[in-house]
Amino acid sequence: MNLRRTSLIAVPYFWLGCLFLIPFLIVFKISLSDAALSIPPYTPKLELSEGWAGVRDMFSQFDFENFEFLATDDLYWKSYLSSVQIALISTFMCLLVGFPMAYGMARAPQVWQPTLMLMVILPFWTSFLIRVYSLIGILSQEGMLNQFLTWIGVISEPLTILNTNIAVYIGIVYTYLPFMILPIYATLIKLDGSLLEAAEDLGCSRTEAFWRITVPLSKAGIIAGCFLVFIPALGEFVIPSLLGGSETLMIGKVLYEEFFSNRDWPVASAVAVILLLILIVPIVLYQRNEQRLIEAEQ
Amino acid sequence: MRPGQFIGRGVFFVHHCPVGEKAKPMPQNVFAPWTDPQAKPLIRFENVTKRFGDFTAVDDLSVDIYEREFFALLGPSGCGKTTMMRMLAGFETPTSGTIMLDGKDISPVPPNKRSVNMMFQSYALFPHLTVYDNIAFGLKRDKLPAEQIDARVKEMLRLVQIERFAQRKPDQISGGQRQRVALARSLAKAPKLLLLDEPLSALDKKLRQDTQFELMDIQEKTGTTFVIVTHDQEEAMTVASRVAVMNFGKLIQVDTPTQIYEAPNSAYVADFIGDVNIIEGNATVDGERVLISWAEGQPDIIGTPAQPVAPGRVSFVIRPEKIAISSEKPTDRRNAVHGKVLDIAYLGNMSTYHVEMPDGTVIKATAANQRRRDSLPYTWEDPVWLSWTDTAGVVLAE
Ligand SMILES: Nc1ncnc2c1ncn2[C@@H]1O[C@H](COP(=O)(O)OP(=O)(O)O)[C@@H](O)[C@H]1O
Ligand SMILES: [Mg+2]
Repeated sequence: MNLRRTSLIAVPYFWLGCLFLIPFLIVFKISLSDAALSIPPYTPKLELSEGWAGVRDMFSQFDFENFEFLATDDLYWKSYLSSVQIALISTFMCLLVGFPMAYGMARAPQVWQPTLMLMVILPFWTSFLIRVYSLIGILSQEGMLNQFLTWIGVISEPLTILNTNIAVYIGIVYTYLPFMILPIYATLIKLDGSLLEAAEDLGCSRTEAFWRITVPLSKAGIIAGCFLVFIPALGEFVIPSLLGGSETLMIGKVLYEEFFSNRDWPVASAVAVILLLILIVPIVLYQRNEQRLIEAEQ
Repeated sequence: MRPGQFIGRGVFFVHHCPVGEKAKPMPQNVFAPWTDPQAKPLIRFENVTKRFGDFTAVDDLSVDIYEREFFALLGPSGCGKTTMMRMLAGFETPTSGTIMLDGKDISPVPPNKRSVNMMFQSYALFPHLTVYDNIAFGLKRDKLPAEQIDARVKEMLRLVQIERFAQRKPDQISGGQRQRVALARSLAKAPKLLLLDEPLSALDKKLRQDTQFELMDIQEKTGTTFVIVTHDQEEAMTVASRVAVMNFGKLIQVDTPTQIYEAPNSAYVADFIGDVNIIEGNATVDGERVLISWAEGQPDIIGTPAQPVAPGRVSFVIRPEKIAISSEKPTDRRNAVHGKVLDIAYLGNMSTYHVEMPDGTVIKATAANQRRRDSLPYTWEDPVWLSWTDTAGVVLAE
């Protein structure tokens, strides 16, 4: 029994170890190293031939120089801040667009639901890059959106959307919307309709029943959807570099440049470690809070 | 089980016994507003029909329900009971006809503005709120002062005896406790009318019986009018002041439990409530009495119909417990037939004997088991006499 339970728990931990912890430790190790003109481009390297002394030698050369460097150059913290801001705003916009869509899907007649679901995941059948490129075609000065708006007479001058933060928001919301819709839909579809009737029976209007019953009971889906959008949006690199302009500052872009343009792996690794910390802190806080709520109930 | 509990509205029941012969004489002030032509009904259904597409769930139904009544809707699954309740609560609108509450047509009133509360079949407790907040939910919508809400919630918690679980969430209490919370929540706003949709169906038999009495106590204490839906006839008979037997969206009979049991107006009602023998035959009228010839070579059954019947095809309906079984031909009862024991259903406190007549008709008779099983008075193939008085059965025109 005990062995069984241990082995059951061991599987996800093993997975987490292989796919998260070990890569993270490698990145963390690189972030403590110094850049060097070599392959790979950092030092120290582990000299296994020197045995135990080699390991000790390597550890003695580790330092937090790269992290200190990140603190001195304001490009980095500005990029982090701007990334967090862009990710937060896009997450919120995804929620604004995604919740009504999920709600509509969950309330649609049973026969329609598989079709609606298919329509939500259909974009995944096309390559992400192609979809972002087609957004360029839509959003550019001579793009379809401007042509359409001019044609119906809403605007006389074409709008500059491409290469601005607005294009980035549109790109992120478009790309990550299914990640918001699906978990919310999953909680809404489980919602027992008689709860809303009970709320009405006890004196709620329809709107009040929505805010007092539907929203609290889909909280789990909303939170899951927000994390699923916020986390990849924070580190997003393709969308800001293809749709964003020179003023669009996102840490994913900085990371890319440090790795591939500057070939400064240690600084790039330090950037990545900090990014991870930014992501982990809210997740851990949230988990702790949930845990406390569950314990308080028992 | 609390035998012989006085239910207050003038019916004295001995629980768990066939209602019929044990019903005691009625006390002085009988609660029977439906017999009073001056009484104003709390609810009036006037030719109410409800269709879903081309399916008629409730069919041209008219009934009056009075204040302080405990009105039971009894019928097989799918006969339209829930639909009737949902029309009262405001979740469905009648396709035609009107429903009046306190003399006013309620169709324009949305559910949240009706002084009607419903206890849902699934309880529909809010899983994210504590027991306390579930009960307070409706009171808070009325924007009552906080102390008043608190006092009322505590009163409700006491009433249904769940004070100890006030701070638990619905998934942290048992099914029986959940059902009490649902009841407390629907009572908290002191509605004029409380609708209970199969409130006890999720409970096991013992708990269900206890709860039935509690429901009656609560109804008595609060003076609320209850309409209860059930498909359990024993439950309907136990709790209700009147029972409405429904089938295919129509009310077949609306009457007191005693009348429903003793004087069913149709073979359907007789068959639906309890165990029954239905014997078909040809009636000839002889003054007060009716002679029913039902089988070749058998004496006519002598019956006394409640309403006069015309000669012709009739059904004679008689409960098994009204038929005595003996080995000698009895002399004191008008009706006596001879047959042999075909089958015995042993039920512990009593046994039902299936007795086959020479023409093949099987008549059921129950007898209390006064002795242990291994000494039952009759056994298979024994020749026996079945007998009953001329008022024991009901004669129904086809
Ligand atoms: N919203 C609805 N749409 C279509 N048919 C319905 C609907 N509600 C109930 N019915 C049908 O009406 C009939 C009566 O249902 P109901 O009142 O729930 O029966 P019950 O007596 O078991 O409570 C059933 O046959 C059911 O299928
Ligand atoms: Mg029902």
